[in-house]
Amino acid sequence: MELQAIREIVDTHRHRPGAMLPILHEIQHVCGYIPDESVAIVADGLNVSRAEVYGVITFYTDFRTEPPGRSIIQVCRGEACQAKGGCELEQHAQQSLGIEFHQTTTDNAVTLEPVFCLGNCACSPSVRVGDDVYGRVDAELFDELVAEAKAASGARS
Amino acid sequence: MTVKVFVPGDTTAVSVGADRVAAQIAARAKSAGQDVTLVRNGSRGMFWLEPLVEVETSAGRVAYGPVKPSDVASLFATNFLSGGSHALRLGPIEEIPYLKNQERLTFQRVGLIDPLSLEDYAAQGGWVGLHQAIRREPAQIVAAVKESGLRGRGGAAFPTGIKWQTVLDTPADQKYIVCNADEGDSGTFADRMLMEGDPYCLIEGMIIAGIAVGATLGYIYLRSEYPRCWTTLNEAIRRCQAAGWLGDNVAVSGRAFHLEVRLGAGSYICGEETALLESLEGKRGEVRAKPPLPAHVGLFGKPTIVNNVITLASVPLILARGGKFYADFGQGRSRGTLTLQLSGNIQRPGLIEKAFGLTLHELLYEYGGGSASGRPLRAVQAGGPLGAYVPAHDFDLALDYEAFAQRGAMIGHGGIVAFDESVDMRRMARFAMEFCAEESCGKCTPCRIGSVRGVEVIDRIAQGEDRDANIVLLESLCDTMQHGSLCAMGGMTPFPVQSALKHFPEDFER
Repeated sequence: MELQAIREIVDTHRHRPGAMLPILHEIQHVCGYIPDESVAIVADGLNVSRAEVYGVITFYTDFRTEPPGRSIIQVCRGEACQAKGGCELEQHAQQSLGIEFHQTTTDNAVTLEPVFCLGNCACSPSVRVGDDVYGRVDAELFDELVAEAKAASGARS
Repeated sequence: MTVKVFVPGDTTAVSVGADRVAAQIAARAKSAGQDVTLVRNGSRGMFWLEPLVEVETSAGRVAYGPVKPSDVASLFATNFLSGGSHALRLGPIEEIPYLKNQERLTFQRVGLIDPLSLEDYAAQGGWVGLHQAIRREPAQIVAAVKESGLRGRGGAAFPTGIKWQTVLDTPADQKYIVCNADEGDSGTFADRMLMEGDPYCLIEGMIIAGIAVGATLGYIYLRSEYPRCWTTLNEAIRRCQAAGWLGDNVAVSGRAFHLEVRLGAGSYICGEETALLESLEGKRGEVRAKPPLPAHVGLFGKPTIVNNVITLASVPLILARGGKFYADFGQGRSRGTLTLQLSGNIQRPGLIEKAFGLTLHELLYEYGGGSASGRPLRAVQAGGPLGAYVPAHDFDLALDYEAFAQRGAMIGHGGIVAFDESVDMRRMARFAMEFCAEESCGKCTPCRIGSVRGVEVIDRIAQGEDRDANIVLLESLCDTMQHGSLCAMGGMTPFPVQSALKHFPEDFER
């Protein structure tokens, strides 16, 4: 099922110039991550080596090779956020979730990631949950966002 | 009669509740039977006032802010739809000094219009530059850009007209216009605001660039951290194609220009133009050695203009009003306006577009109102994570490329991040190295290894281990990185470190 979807994605985009990133983005969009099996399919479709595909996947922070938790929460580490308490927020995020950056909570609800700038610097510190950005985030608001994310993803699953 | 109410759809406005405010206003208007047209405009860039709501009245647009969803009921009760008085009433938007004292050229429409309305865009001066370009010879278009004195606003400040001339003079069967929308510097958001608030302006600038140098294909390389820009730009392109502004026959001129947005994947280095080109080609974002310049051998080996969003978005006005009009703003070799982005520990963060020449002090105190915490400002970082820290005693510095360079600092993309006296400059220096270690593409050794060693040396200094010798070592390491790296990532990471060492040695001694 998944393999078929990946093949279709590769077929749809393979003739576009520089198709690699659009293909990987779409695989991740559909599968939630980039399964190992896709490497050979993408390599074949684009007529490049598997090493090349693997090299691209591992170069970019966005591409993940393991399924993430139901919600992905990014905490901005940029200087503008640091100037407004971003470091404390980073610590709170890791402590309250009981995980470090790049890890997923044991209930698989939240994957926590650092991010270098969300372009929301004027209302720092900033956090992104899925595609939504939140500004002026303190520990209390962070906890609310986590609770909301858990409730929303719980409702979905 | 319908009343127009503006609630920004800008990322930052939404990040502090603009969507909920807009929903409240719509619901209230409906239950009160009042005919309200909600416009989701771009932000005016006065972010301490967001969500900032504007109402169109017979006496102009009246502003209220910052509005919380819970304020909406009382706004209706005090008849804000006719500009009624309220504790949050700020008066006519254009009279607010922060905005009134600016010189908005590139940002003239941001916040004013419905970003995706082609009617609004045309009514507010859109497409005038393109029509001028269509009537001219390519060399005349390039001449106008040269005359304007416009320099790359992405950070490198290279003269735009010279870059365009090089691409124009390089014969090829295919040329490209690439917009660098990988705005990765912390403290910068001008590109994002423009793409969300006035996307057609960027598109028009790219079409003009295409006509000027004979390029028929353009790409906007957008960072994945900007999901709203992705949606807005794709919709803007779709509408431009439908209306004949993009396609095989741009505005019935007989010229072709096609445009596509491509998404980055979370790599800071892809904001470096050659790494960006590699990424667009579907490879790892590793920088290329220069020469050859992208203007000669760029995307897919073809002559390519790579310009930042603000650079390209400044072009329509330059064509519409003439190079001289633009060059009349600014000073010395820094012509036109600079879109400053003020953030960090500051009372009034926001976007300030001003002619070059404003001093840091004016920016930080007259616009910014000083620190948000109330404690004295100690330093600002100018120009993103690779920019130097400027200490308070240098706040007399004028915002001018050369003036900054003379004091070992840079304006870069115009981001200014303020820190109060609680900042630990050793920690900021360490962060600069850590960031470089994280984001280095790995191609050259000084950057890839140097940054890791930099973190280690600063940690040893922090632990008091052989402090003086390690500070000498850190300085030497900075020198190696600065002079031995392939691109600005390794070459400029030393700037924040060296400036911290120079201006705040006391932070390295405890």
